[in-house]
Amino acid sequence: MNNLIQNEMLKLLARKRLIVVGGILAILVVLFTYAQYQTVQTQLKKLGTTDWRTTLQQQIIDTQNRLANSRIPDDFKKELEVRVKQQQYYLDNDINPAEPGAPSFTKEFMENSIDLLLPLMIMVIASDLVSSEFSMGSIKLLLTRPVKRWKILLSKYITLLLAISLIIAMMGLVSYLISGVVFGYKGWTAPAFSGFRITEAGFDSSGASIIPQWQFILMDFGVVWFAAVVVGTLSFMVSVLIRSTAAGMGIILALLIAGAILSNMVSSWTSAKYFFMLNMRLTDYLNGSPPPIEGMTLSFSLLVLTVWWLLALVISFTVFTKKDIY
Amino acid sequence: MITLSVKDLKKRIGKKEIIKGIDIELYEGEVFGFLGPNGAGKTTTIRMLTGLIRPTSGSISICGYDLQTDFTKAMMHLGCIVENPELYPFLSGYDNLVHFARMIPGFRNERLREVIDLVGLSERIHDKVKTYSLGMRQRLGIAQALLGKPKVLILDEPTNGLDPAGIREMRQFIRELAKNEGLSVLVSSHLLSEIQLLCDRVAIISKGAVIQTDTVQALLSSQERMIWRVEPFQQAKEILGTFTEVQEAEDSLITEFDSDKAGLWSRELVNSGVRIIEMNRRLPALEDLFLELTGGDRIE
Repeated sequence: MNNLIQNEMLKLLARKRLIVVGGILAILVVLFTYAQYQTVQTQLKKLGTTDWRTTLQQQIIDTQNRLANSRIPDDFKKELEVRVKQQQYYLDNDINPAEPGAPSFTKEFMENSIDLLLPLMIMVIASDLVSSEFSMGSIKLLLTRPVKRWKILLSKYITLLLAISLIIAMMGLVSYLISGVVFGYKGWTAPAFSGFRITEAGFDSSGASIIPQWQFILMDFGVVWFAAVVVGTLSFMVSVLIRSTAAGMGIILALLIAGAILSNMVSSWTSAKYFFMLNMRLTDYLNGSPPPIEGMTLSFSLLVLTVWWLLALVISFTVFTKKDIY
Repeated sequence: MITLSVKDLKKRIGKKEIIKGIDIELYEGEVFGFLGPNGAGKTTTIRMLTGLIRPTSGSISICGYDLQTDFTKAMMHLGCIVENPELYPFLSGYDNLVHFARMIPGFRNERLREVIDLVGLSERIHDKVKTYSLGMRQRLGIAQALLGKPKVLILDEPTNGLDPAGIREMRQFIRELAKNEGLSVLVSSHLLSEIQLLCDRVAIISKGAVIQTDTVQALLSSQERMIWRVEPFQQAKEILGTFTEVQEAEDSLITEFDSDKAGLWSRELVNSGVRIIEMNRRLPALEDLFLELTGGDRIE
């Protein structure tokens, strides 16, 4: 098995996919860091102070002003109300919600990339892991060895898991190192909030606790990894089912984007919550943002994703071991 | 010794039976030709022999191991190239070989050198495969097939796309493998001339079934013909017609060849005043044979 994984790694590295992904990440992080920096600068100019308390106070007032506008939709109103309450809580407890520094940038970057950017990167690797062997024709050489088919597929899957872990580690590291140049590398121990719950009644901080930033980031990475594995496994399945890498990528891409669009539309179509795409934003549960459909919880999303993951895995392995190769 | 044995192999796709019961036996040290027009079922059969396609029924055993139930052991004794050897273009020839060698249990690294030397690729082995010529890729393909010291080598259209010099080289190489290493080589081809020059025995396949299996020599001699150029034409035809079946060609008559009777027939002709311009014994090309056996199933 080790030999097989070594083979897959050899091919993955020789095709320089990981380097491309790393490059894209580095460029994006530079871009976002600059954007963040600009935002800070504008705010500074506007408020004339770097004191976050004043900024936060100003934000609360802004949000309340928007809430006063009767034309905003109910959903959005609720979200804004929640945000005001959160911000008020931060202010009352003397906690800077956007503790400037590389750790908080990293955290935000991870949270924002969980449902689209990261899955895209994973997809680049996963979607041609199997289908490229078909399109190159090398599948005929690969499957005429004295090795059972399921072992070959398993070695590819383990390679995918390794690649996913590598990409996420790379993402964390790149965003930390690059943003740190501008924002400084401090802030690992800053207090962070966890355990907010969005209920019918709105914002519920009864279960909330203050944990150090690093712990929060670790939790973020955990759920990000899980979501990435699910998307990776789904792309992997598509890669087994469809010969064309481009078509496979297209399908996954369409699903992911559909998820992003749907999550803004489906609050009343409750059965949509069983789509994997709508359960991707696991980090939202950690930082207390409301879910796209009321009643969705972290454990619900984890369960839904697990079911999709298992299904994809079973389909991949049965199809691959039974398939006639023409 | 029988190295590859195929019994009543069938493949059905949907309702259509595309392989209708194929039986083949390969012996040690022989080159066996698998001949048929495009679409006759050669590739499907070869893909079943190499484990890429699951047969609907029938059995395949390689060195005594059943391919279905004992896949790994059977595959240990098989080397193959199915269609073109599509090796990884982004890896060097050496890395490609290392890649496939890692998939062989108990592989010894000295074998890598042996195989590279055997196919004569030592100089370019560390270059990327995408820089290789077709002939070099074909040789690298053979090298990967030989890595595991197989007893059976299956080559699907091995000279496809090679230039005449390359074809000759490949032919020599295959013959040497069978002779020196005692390999059984199964070669598929739609080119009759190639099979005629390369193989000891041949199976002719048409529409998913084997029509005939025999040594190349026996197959050809059973179809030997006698060409008569005679005058007057009509009279000679009538006389010969009393002994055997006569076909009419442009300026000659064609009968079967029979060494015992040829003399008798010619004496009869001469006695009746027919002038014999030329008598010629002809071995048919496999081409003609094929047409005859398949009843005109197209072949290139």
